Amino acid sequence: MRKFNWPLWVGFLLALLAAFSYFAFFVQFPVTRDFPWVNLLLFLLAAILLFIGMRRGFARNRAHPTRSKIVTSFVTILSVVVIAFFIFAIFIAGRWLPASTGAPHVGQKVPEFTLSDSNNRQVSLNQLMSEPMEGKAPKGVLLVFYRGWW
Amino acid sequence: MASFNQAGIRPVAISVDKPEVSRDLMQKAGYTFTFLSDPNVEVIRRYDLVHAGAGENGHDIARPAEFLIDSTGTVRWLNLTENYWVRARPGDILDKAKLLQQ
Repeated sequence: MRKFNWPLWVGFLLALLAAFSYFAFFVQFPVTRDFPWVNLLLFLLAAILLFIGMRRGFARNRAHPTRSKIVTSFVTILSVVVIAFFIFAIFIAGRWLPASTGAPHVGQKVPEFTLSDSNNRQVSLNQLMSEPMEGKAPKGVLLVFYRGWW
Repeated sequence: MASFNQAGIRPVAISVDKPEVSRDLMQKAGYTFTFLSDPNVEVIRRYDLVHAGAGENGHDIARPAEFLIDSTGTVRWLNLTENYWVRARPGDILDKAKLLQQ
């Protein structure tokens, strides 16, 4: 008579942790961000525990077999949804980006522009390319376009 | 950041964020390089980097992109990622910056 199906619940919590930890922590480091191998390993561990938990939950010697089956199925399905959401967000939704075929190519001159900086000062690209850095003219400018916080 | 200074490369970040939002971000993250605001997506559109409707309430925002430009304004290297979660690494960019050493 086994009461608490710990592999099932630990597997479920691990699946939640695997998904959450990417966005909360591992996304900060290029090695764990570009390919989420840490999170996939955690998911693998979660899947193994869930599998063991499922076998236990469906075993005949449960105190409440019907309740055990319902709880086990529910927790397993929820875990699969969490794993599927993560895979979808990283490998599918992450690719929904415009092709940007009209963006400046290597060897092309970039269009000049003037925009406000964080102090509401108007700054032009020409200025950025000529204003000295530590007493010397910069060799180049790195333009980083990002999504922002809106 | 110090290594970009050493390489003579000036990083400039551009997004649709208002100057106040960028100022908050710079303070929180300790960034000291220039942040530019393009709330009307004008420059982002000129560079064909609009990600239509991807922002809050369906606003247009910029897709992630990096351009290394030399002192004549010519692109020497660029990165248009195919996956939002995969980005250029500072070390790789500094490697490419050696192209600009004259």
